[in-house]
Amino acid sequence: MNRKKLQKLTESLTKDCKHFNQFEVKCLIGLFYNLVGDVTERQGAVPGLDRDAFRSVLHVTFGMTDDMIMDRVFRGFDKDNDGFVSVSEWVCGLSVFLRGTLEEKMKYCFEVFDLNGDGFISKEETFHMLKDSLLRQPSEEDPDEGVKDLVEITLKKMDRDHDGKLSFTDYEAAVREQPLLLEAFGPCLPDPKSQKEFEAQVFKDPNEVSEV
Amino acid sequence: MGVALTRSAQWTAAGRGTRNLETTPLNEAILKEIITFVESFLYKHPQEANYAFAEPLEWKTELEPAAFGSGYAVSETTVTSEEADKNGQPLLFLSVPQIKIRSFGQLSRLLFFAKNTKLKEAQACIEANRNPIAKILGLDYNIINEINEDSALLTILDKITRDNDPESETKVKIALLLKQLDLHLLNHSLKHISLEIRLNPGTVKNDIELLKRFSGKGEQTVLESIDYTSDYEFSNGCRAPPWRQIQGEICYVLVKPHDAEILCVTCSKEGVFLNGGKTDDEGEINYERKGEIYKDLVTLLKEKSAVFSENMSKQEVRFSEEQQKEKEQLNEVPKEEEAATLRKASDVSHRSMLEKNQINRGKNLMTKRLEPSLNWKTTVDAKVKHLLRDNLEEKHGGRLEKPRPSVLPGRPQLIRKSIEKAEEVISESSSESEEDEEPPDHRQEANADLPSEYWQIQKLVKYLKGGNQTATVIALCSMKDFNLAQETCQLAIRDVGGLEVLINLLETDDVKCKIGSLKILKEISHNPQIRRNIVDLGGLPIMVNILDSPHKSLKCLAAETIANVAKFRRARQAVRRHGGITKLVALLDCGQNSTEPAYSSLYETRDVEVARCGALALWSCSKSYANKEAIRKAGGIPLLARLLKTSHENMLIPVVGTLQECASEENYRAAIKAERIIEDLVKNLNSGNEQLQEHCAMAIYQCAEDEETRDLVRLHGGLQPLASLLNNTDNKERLAAVTGAIWKCSISKENVIKFREYKAIETLVGLLTDQPEEVLVNVVGALGECCQEHENRVVVRKCGGIQPLVNLLVGINQALLVNVTKAVGACAVEPESMMIIDRLDGVRLLWSLLKNPHPDVKASAAWALCPCIQNAKNNDKLRRHLAEAISRCCMWGRNRVAFGEYKAVAPLVRYLKSSDTNVHRATAQALYQLSENADNCITMHENGAVKLLLDMVGSPDEALQEAAAGCISNIRRLALATEKARYS
Repeated sequence: MNRKKLQKLTESLTKDCKHFNQFEVKCLIGLFYNLVGDVTERQGAVPGLDRDAFRSVLHVTFGMTDDMIMDRVFRGFDKDNDGFVSVSEWVCGLSVFLRGTLEEKMKYCFEVFDLNGDGFISKEETFHMLKDSLLRQPSEEDPDEGVKDLVEITLKKMDRDHDGKLSFTDYEAAVREQPLLLEAFGPCLPDPKSQKEFEAQVFKDPNEVSEV
Repeated sequence: MGVALTRSAQWTAAGRGTRNLETTPLNEAILKEIITFVESFLYKHPQEANYAFAEPLEWKTELEPAAFGSGYAVSETTVTSEEADKNGQPLLFLSVPQIKIRSFGQLSRLLFFAKNTKLKEAQACIEANRNPIAKILGLDYNIINEINEDSALLTILDKITRDNDPESETKVKIALLLKQLDLHLLNHSLKHISLEIRLNPGTVKNDIELLKRFSGKGEQTVLESIDYTSDYEFSNGCRAPPWRQIQGEICYVLVKPHDAEILCVTCSKEGVFLNGGKTDDEGEINYERKGEIYKDLVTLLKEKSAVFSENMSKQEVRFSEEQQKEKEQLNEVPKEEEAATLRKASDVSHRSMLEKNQINRGKNLMTKRLEPSLNWKTTVDAKVKHLLRDNLEEKHGGRLEKPRPSVLPGRPQLIRKSIEKAEEVISESSSESEEDEEPPDHRQEANADLPSEYWQIQKLVKYLKGGNQTATVIALCSMKDFNLAQETCQLAIRDVGGLEVLINLLETDDVKCKIGSLKILKEISHNPQIRRNIVDLGGLPIMVNILDSPHKSLKCLAAETIANVAKFRRARQAVRRHGGITKLVALLDCGQNSTEPAYSSLYETRDVEVARCGALALWSCSKSYANKEAIRKAGGIPLLARLLKTSHENMLIPVVGTLQECASEENYRAAIKAERIIEDLVKNLNSGNEQLQEHCAMAIYQCAEDEETRDLVRLHGGLQPLASLLNNTDNKERLAAVTGAIWKCSISKENVIKFREYKAIETLVGLLTDQPEEVLVNVVGALGECCQEHENRVVVRKCGGIQPLVNLLVGINQALLVNVTKAVGACAVEPESMMIIDRLDGVRLLWSLLKNPHPDVKASAAWALCPCIQNAKNNDKLRRHLAEAISRCCMWGRNRVAFGEYKAVAPLVRYLKSSDTNVHRATAQALYQLSENADNCITMHENGAVKLLLDMVGSPDEALQEAAAGCISNIRRLALATEKARYS
C-alpha cells in the first residue's frame, strides 16, 4: 500500500474511532496488514481476516479459550457479516474492545451474548453459555443440575422485568449496579494484563511499524 | 472436668503408671477449653480465684524462673509468690523444674507467663494430676461426686446450709464451676467426635479407591502405589482382624510415595496414623501407633510426601469433588450411629442448658460489639479503667509491646505521677484492650434449625469451588446480594468453608474474582469472629500484597477490608509484619492529582478514593504502638497533613482519626506542631460533621499538653469553636472530646482569659450535673485549671458551681476524684467559697478522701486541704479536723514537703493560738509530723511556734504534751546541727 493511501485511511479511521489517536490507528493498520499478509500471498486479494485467523489472534494475544464466545466476538467485529474482519472493522472493533466506555462495552457484550441476535438473552442461550462453567458431577442424576441452578441464579439476579429472558435494559441495569456482571456469561473482553501487553507491543516503535 | 478427662480424653495405652495424653485434635481441643476456663477465671471469679486448694497441683514445668513478673520472689532456681494462703504458705512455689500451685488465680497467671507453651504446661499439669478435682476441693467432695453424680450438688448445698462456713461456700461455687466446665468439655468433645474425627469404613474405602485411581508410574501421579495389607473384607467393610476392630481400627494400607519409603498406615475410626510396619516374619503388622493422628489419609500423606502434596494440589479439585459426592451417598449410616451416641448422652445434654444460655448470651454481646467503637470513648474508658486497675499493674505490664516513656508536661506535680503509671499500663493505646480477649468461636450447631440462607450460601460456595471464572463471578455477585451485614449470613459463609475459598480466590490471577471476593470479605469482616478467622487463614498477607496491585479499585477494596480486619492486636501485628504499613502509607500518596480523567474501567477508581481507603486502614492499624511508629517511619505524617487540606469529610474523618490515635505519642505531637496540623484541626472544628469535630477536638486534647500547641490553638482561633461546641450536649462522645480539649487548653492563662470572654466557664459549671463520667472528668479538670485565677473562682461561685463540685467528692471514679479535689482546692483559696465548702461539709469529704486507697486521690485531697487550712478562721472544729488530717497525710509519701511548699505550715502554727485544747492537740501532732522536714522547722521557728509549743508542754493533756515536746525537740535538733555545721 502506498504511503498516501495509508495516510488517508489512517485519517478517516481516526475520525471514526474516537478512542485511538492517529499514531495508534497507524500501528493497528500496520498490524492488520501484517496479519492478513500471510493469507494474501496464497489467495490474492483478500477482504480481511477470516474467522480462523481472527480467532487465533483472540486466542494467542488475548488468552481467550471459549470457542463459542470467540465466534461471537468475531461476529461482533464483522459488522457487515461477510465472514471477514476488514481493516475498518478491525480498528473500530478494537476501539471498543480495548478502550470502550462502559456504555459501548455493554452494548458490545450484549451482542456477543445474544447468540441468535433476537435482542434478548434467553434462558436457553444462558444455559448454552454456562454449560461448561461447572465441574461435572457424573454421580448426580442430572449432571446439568448445577448449571441449571446457576442459570436460575443469573436470571433471578438480572431479569428485572421477570419475563424469563434478559433484554438489554435488564442487562444494563444489572451491570450498572454490579459492574462485575459486564462479562457475566463468559470473558469477551481482554483481561487487563493482556490488554496492557498488547498495547505496549503494538504501540511501541513508530519506525518499525511505519516500515510495513 | 473429671468425667470429661477420664472418659473423653484419649490417653496412651502404654500400661499403668504415668500415662500421657495422646496428641490428638480432640485432646488439644479439650486442653484449649481448659486453658480458656482457667485464664478467664481470674477475671470472671476474682473471689474464687483466691481460694487455696486442699492440695497443690504439682508438675514438672518448663518455665524458667525468669519468666515470672512482679508479685513473685524470684531466685535462680526458685520462685515464690507473694500471694499466700491464710497459713502463710505461698500459693505458687517453683523449685526448678517442680512447680506447686494452689489457687486458680496463680494458675491463671502461670498460663499468662507461659505464653506459647500454655498448651504444654496444661498438658503436663493434667498428666501429673490425674484427679485435679480431688486436689482442688479436697477428697470428700470428690467421693461424693463419684458415688452419685446427680445428687452431689444437692448434698453439698445441703452441707452448706448446715455449717454456714464462708470457705465451703467458695468451695461449692468452685465445685459448680468445675461441674459446668466438665459438662462443657463433654459436649464439646462429643461435637468434636461427631463432626470431625469419625471416619468409617466407607469413607476410608473411598479415599483409598480414589488414591488408587491417581496412582501408578509416571511423574503426574500422586503415589507409586497404594494397597491393602489384606484382601479379605469383612461384611462391615473393615479389613482389620476382629480383635483390632474392637480398637476402632478399620484397615491397614501399604503406601509407596514417589519420594519416600513404603509407609504402613493404620486407618481407624479416630483418624489415620503410621503404625510399626510389617514385621519381617509372616507379614504380621506391628499395630503400635508411631506418629501423630491425622484426620484422613490425604492429610497424612501430604505431611509425609512432598511429591504427593504437590501433585495432589494439581488434582485437588477433581479429587475433592469426587470425595464430596461419595461422602454424600455414604453419610446416612454414620449419622444414625451418631444419633445413638447422642441419645446416650442425653442425660448430659439437658443439664447443659445453662451453659448453652451462656453461649447465647455471649453471642448477644458479640453482636453488640459490632457497633463501631473506635473513638474517644474507649480512650477515656481505658484510661479510667486502667487507673482502677492500677494495683493489677504487674499483670498487664507483661502485655506491653514496648513500655513507653511518659510525656505529659505542664501538669501539677502530684497528679503527674499517677498519670505516668496509668500511661505505662496503656501500652497499646485506647481501644486496644477492648477486643483482645479473643472470644471463643461459636460454630452453628450441626443439628440446629438452619436458616434457608445457609443452604443457599452452601450451594454458592460449591459453585465457587467447582466453577470456572464465569461461574465464580456469578456466584460471587449472587452471594453479594445476601444481607451480609447479618450475622447468620456471615457465619454461614464461614461454616460452609466459604472463607477459605474467598481467600484462595485472592491469590488467583483473575482480577474480577479478586474484586468479587474482596467485596464480600469487606462486608463480612465487620464481624469480630470472621476477622479472627480471616487472620487465622492467613488472609492478611495476601491482602497486603494486593495493595501493590496496578488496579486502583483492588487496592481500595483490600485496604477497606484490612481496615475492618485490623481491629484487634494480632491482626494489626500481622499487617505490620508483612510490610502492610508502608504500603498503606504509599496509598496516601495517591491523592494529589486533582485533575483526573473520569474512569470507565471496572478496575479504575479515583486517586482520592485510594488515599481515603489507605487512611481508613491506617486508622485501624494505628491503635498499636508499633504501628504508630511504623506509620511515622514510612513518612505518613506529612502525607496525612497534606490530606488534611482537602475538604471531603469522608477523607478527613479517617485522617484526623489516625492523627488523633497517634497523638498519644510524643513524636507525633511534635510532628503535628511542626507540620502545622493544628491549624487544620482548628479549621475542621467548624465543619458540620459531628464525628469530624469530635476527632479534631480529641486530637487537640492529646496535643495540648504542650504549651506551644495550646498557644497555636488560640492563635488559629480554635478556642471559640470549642467554647461554642460546649452548648451542644446531645452527642456525648463529642462533648467529652470538646471538654477534654478545653481542659488541656485552659492550662495556659491566656486561653483561660479567652474562655472567660466566651462565657465558657459558666457553661462548664452547667455541665457539672447529669453528664457521663467521661465528660465530668474533663469539665472538672477544666474548672480546676480556670480556678487558678481569682476572677474565675468568683464566676464559679456566683453561678453556683461549688455545690455540684462538692457533691462530686463522694464519687468513686478515681480520675474524676483527682480532678474534683483539685478544683475544690482551687476554689477554697477564696474565703467566701471556703465558707460554702465548709457549710456543705466539703472539708470532711476531702478529709475522708485521705483514706482513699488510690495514692493520687489521696495526694490531690491533701493538696486541696492546704488552702482550707489557711482559710479556716475561727472555726475550731474545722481547724481541729484539718490539723488531724494533715498529721495523717504526713505519714505518706512526700506530703510533708508538699505541705510546706503549699504554705500550710505558717497558718497551722497560728492554730496554736486558738482557745480550744482539741485544736491544740491536733495542731501539735501535725506540727510534730511536719517538723521531720528541715524547711518546715525553719518556717515554724520563723512564725514563733517554739514559744507557743513550750506553753503546751505544760498542758495536762498527755498527747498534746508529747507532740509539743517532740516537735520542739525536732526544731532544736535542727538548730544544733546547723550551729555545728557553722562552727566546724
